[in-house]
Amino acid sequence: MARPLTRRAGRAGQYLALAAYMVFLAFPLLWLLSTALKTPREMALLDPTWLPRQPTLANFAAAFSEQDLLGGALRSLVVALACAVLTVVLALPAAYAMARYRSVINRIAIGWVLVSQVFPFILIIIPLFMVLRRLDLVNTLVGLILVHVTFVLPFALWMLLGYVRAVPRELEEAAAVDGAGRVRSLVSVVAPLLAPGVVATLLFSFISSWNEFLFALVVLKDPDVATLPLTLAKFTGPEGVVRLGPLAAASLLATIPSMVFFAVIQRRLRSGLMAGAVKG
Amino acid sequence: MRVRTALAAAAAALVALTAAACGSGDGGGQATSNEPVRLQFLSLAWQKESIAANKQLVAEWNNANPNIQVEYVQGSWDNVNDQLVTSFEGGDPPDVIHDDSPALAGFASRGYLLDLTPKLPAELKSDIPQPAWDTVTFGDGRGGQGVYGVPFLQESQVIIANKKLLEEAKVRIPTPQEPWTWDEFAEIAKKLTKPGDRFGVAWGMKSPVNRVLNLALNFGGTFFATDGSGKTTVKVGPQEREVLQRIHDQLYTDKSADPSALGMGTADPLPGFYAGKYALLPAGVYLRQQVVEQAPEGFEWITLPPLKGTTSEQGATSQTLSVAADSEHPDEALKFISFFLNGANQAKLAKGDWLLPTSVKAAADPSITGTENGWDVATASAKNLVVAPYLKVNGFDEWKSKVATPVLQEYFANKITLDQAATRLVDEGNKVLERYAS
Repeated sequence: MARPLTRRAGRAGQYLALAAYMVFLAFPLLWLLSTALKTPREMALLDPTWLPRQPTLANFAAAFSEQDLLGGALRSLVVALACAVLTVVLALPAAYAMARYRSVINRIAIGWVLVSQVFPFILIIIPLFMVLRRLDLVNTLVGLILVHVTFVLPFALWMLLGYVRAVPRELEEAAAVDGAGRVRSLVSVVAPLLAPGVVATLLFSFISSWNEFLFALVVLKDPDVATLPLTLAKFTGPEGVVRLGPLAAASLLATIPSMVFFAVIQRRLRSGLMAGAVKG
Repeated sequence: MRVRTALAAAAAALVALTAAACGSGDGGGQATSNEPVRLQFLSLAWQKESIAANKQLVAEWNNANPNIQVEYVQGSWDNVNDQLVTSFEGGDPPDVIHDDSPALAGFASRGYLLDLTPKLPAELKSDIPQPAWDTVTFGDGRGGQGVYGVPFLQESQVIIANKKLLEEAKVRIPTPQEPWTWDEFAEIAKKLTKPGDRFGVAWGMKSPVNRVLNLALNFGGTFFATDGSGKTTVKVGPQEREVLQRIHDQLYTDKSADPSALGMGTADPLPGFYAGKYALLPAGVYLRQQVVEQAPEGFEWITLPPLKGTTSEQGATSQTLSVAADSEHPDEALKFISFFLNGANQAKLAKGDWLLPTSVKAAADPSITGTENGWDVATASAKNLVVAPYLKVNGFDEWKSKVATPVLQEYFANKITLDQAATRLVDEGNKVLERYAS
């Protein structure tokens, strides 16, 4: 009799801990939502309120009417999607080659990839700007995408390298014994096992590009091509003073596309991981 | 099937991207004989009213000048200098640049900005007093001097006060003609303090350097001295120590200032101010905008004029409009600036940003001289503004971030004495300045 009770108490404790962890994770987003719905007066209360006393959509209206949020979000979406796809398209074959064909060049290339991560990006901003200017890519989304891909590619390559190495070479050899050619073996055997890695890399590349600010600031000058992080920065003033209400509303909206992207893609990530586990 | 769908989506995204990218950017301000001159104006307006005023003035200009069309580009104070350095180095800067005078010194010495001296229209020159022009006059890096911007908005330090608490305490309400002295201020802050319940004053000192240096001029404190050979050194004598000591006394001797407010930024003590936890807030004039927007209904507040030491002088910097040295249309850019910063327009911009105009005509504009929201007191305080001495000091930024900020924070936190603070400001500061002297 005592044992089921203990078990039930243990399970309740687990759920409680899980709920607390969920609240901890969700807190920034919930606080953002609460702030976005508050009036300026309520935001300036000495004892902050958890829930808005007089919820208002005025901050959303101000954010939308003063800045081109929708345009910024669309441009960010295009840049982030293109960056994610291009990064994976470029990194996947490179990672496969580096994992499967070991040579001195590979080792040097991997070392170089790691070394490239230690340079502060601010150092390369001006030369990068001049290169883009010469190519007539300043003030274009193509220019920004190329910069983002260049900036994300080394880490994406490193991520995928780990996934490719985790796929046993014997599986490809078994496929070859069964008569599969190189392409068939890659498509039917390797690709499904790499799916979680590809999804994780897509996600990483998308979010890196979606949030990126400094390169966008330098490359894009016209308001017509500004991405979302640049648009959000326009709610900040000198000496760290910000227009908190519209900024919270705009930031909340800015999180939606990446949450949707993650929600769509996370099932694939999970099922891929399980598939790998079973086969491994 | 899913893989195919994903590939199709990726292809569609790339097509959309290409289409979007092809349409982006216009490539600059080149004009053929039939096309109007196109100028790019980087504005840092960020308050709702200020953005509206900026856009309205640009629209007015564009309607009246079909041959010189201005494109309004909104930047951000947070990162404008990174953005500008890249544009300058890349040879593709905006034609008309909104910034503040501390940033201009470095840009001027590197040849990024146009010296406006020979081009300034007489009317604009005479409408702005010389102390404001001093804030934009810098060395050109080749031994000469030039004017590298048109100053148009300035900030003074006033005191925002809880009117009801002042009336209850029956203290004298100061006027621009008869401001509080620092001694009076200290006494009144003590009187307004109720231990455990309320502090007379809250000094938000998250970024203490500019504030302390600007106020130090009340007692003639300049913090920098330049000798006959042009060498600049840090000095912390009796004049420089006055304001430091007085603020410290309020914190730890009088206990009329809240030590927990020290880590706050300028606007952070406002919730405590509305709740009656603080009676007086020394702050820049622009903070009135937040009080108007946020103060609870029925909350009565008042703007008090700057404090007086031996004088009421305060150091000031300016917001500025400059012309890029690489601009292809400098004359047209200056014509636009002359329009944008005429007396009537400066009054609109000042009102939008809750700051003080440099234009004499604007300062007399009824829209910013009325009693509502303390405009009369704020505008009257402009006469006390003189160029901040640190503005002309090579290496000030590094001294500020590496030496002065930590030293002043430690001093106000009561971790070091005033003597120790003074020694470090001078010794460590001079080492920094020496590097910039050569």
